[in-house]
Amino acid sequence: MAKIVAGIATSHVPAIGVAMDKGTTATPYWQPLFKGYEPAREWLAKLAPDVAIIVYNDHACAFSLEIIPTFLIGVAAKFPIADEGFGPRPVPVVQGHPALAWHLAESLILDEFDMTIANEMPVDHGLTVPLSVTCGQPAAWPFPVIPLCVNVVQYPPPTGARCFKLGMAIRRAVEKFDQDLRVVIYGTGGMSHQLQGERAGLINREFDIAFLDGMTRDPLALTRITHTEYMREAGSEGVEMVMWHVMRGALGDEVAEVYRHYHVPASNTAAGLMILETRSAA
Amino acid sequence: MTIPRDYESIPGTYVYDAERGRIGYVLNMFCMSLNKAENRKSFKENEAAYLDRFALSPEQRRTVLERDWLGMLKVGGNIYYTIKIAFCDGLTFQDVAGMMSGVSKETYAKMMLAGGRSVQGNRYKDGTAPEANHG
Repeated sequence: MAKIVAGIATSHVPAIGVAMDKGTTATPYWQPLFKGYEPAREWLAKLAPDVAIIVYNDHACAFSLEIIPTFLIGVAAKFPIADEGFGPRPVPVVQGHPALAWHLAESLILDEFDMTIANEMPVDHGLTVPLSVTCGQPAAWPFPVIPLCVNVVQYPPPTGARCFKLGMAIRRAVEKFDQDLRVVIYGTGGMSHQLQGERAGLINREFDIAFLDGMTRDPLALTRITHTEYMREAGSEGVEMVMWHVMRGALGDEVAEVYRHYHVPASNTAAGLMILETRSAA
Repeated sequence: MTIPRDYESIPGTYVYDAERGRIGYVLNMFCMSLNKAENRKSFKENEAAYLDRFALSPEQRRTVLERDWLGMLKVGGNIYYTIKIAFCDGLTFQDVAGMMSGVSKETYAKMMLAGGRSVQGNRYKDGTAPEANHG
């Protein structure tokens, strides 16, 4: 039986990827952020999961406004790196896990989550920056990845509560898979940030810290945050934090926070990272 | 309008909703075309001619040619799309964010290093707060 063993939440700020790709992570600007990533990398290397499900949003790369899937799962054997408008990031191609991905697609749809299925798609910084943050710069990524995209670009994104329930369904589906796999799930995006308009640059540390605390103290309360509240309190792009709820919903009731890191600024954004391990008997 | 758009009371924010999606689609799809290196090259060589390929409104066209980043949002631009024009120009997200908020690159960078723009006083447009002293 496959099993979700841990969840990782992390921002996916594109500038973090650029700093790694250009080798500027040791500069005074970036050093405090990257130093805080080191314990997460050590933890993940030790955990050595068999596969990762990465919940993220595409940023006008794999999908345009032509067709906007609310929830999508990538079932391919490999996912090329997208050209986002300045050439693809120089990172390894992402290997998929078609057997588990197809199982998830089937299970989720029959469990009343109407997933869009992608046989071909490039992946952008939303997926590759979390890999870079947690795995560094290996010649090949250490595990296969199942991309799970959530629309947060065209309003409205799915609600936090719906995202949490999707996470619960992912957990049920993983546990029905007949191979012994140890699975980690990433929830990415956030934390507070606003990239647009006269209010660009908004950061709300108080909101972010309460959100991080709530992941273990009362995750269901966090799922009741409305889109308008995210946008008003955590910036228009802060609404990306709904994707953390997919991760949290997939972990079950009993979790332990094993690490967190919070740093402002990463370009326009408050960068957060949190590691949660499942503690339930399952 | 059947769905309340209570986010319209947030100042300096252009939520890419159905209203903006309807007017912004063509503008954003022009931006999407810049994901291809050959299109970036054509656009840089002759911006006006390249824009002729897309049915932009005159105002949308003006905002692109003049790099009126804030103006683009007002005619349906979505920041994840319009930023691709900035990438063509060699600008970063932070450069554009500074320009949209009307301050110099240095002032904006300094604000971010000091912890970002405070939410205090930035929650509601003037006169729209539900109660006194709330933001």
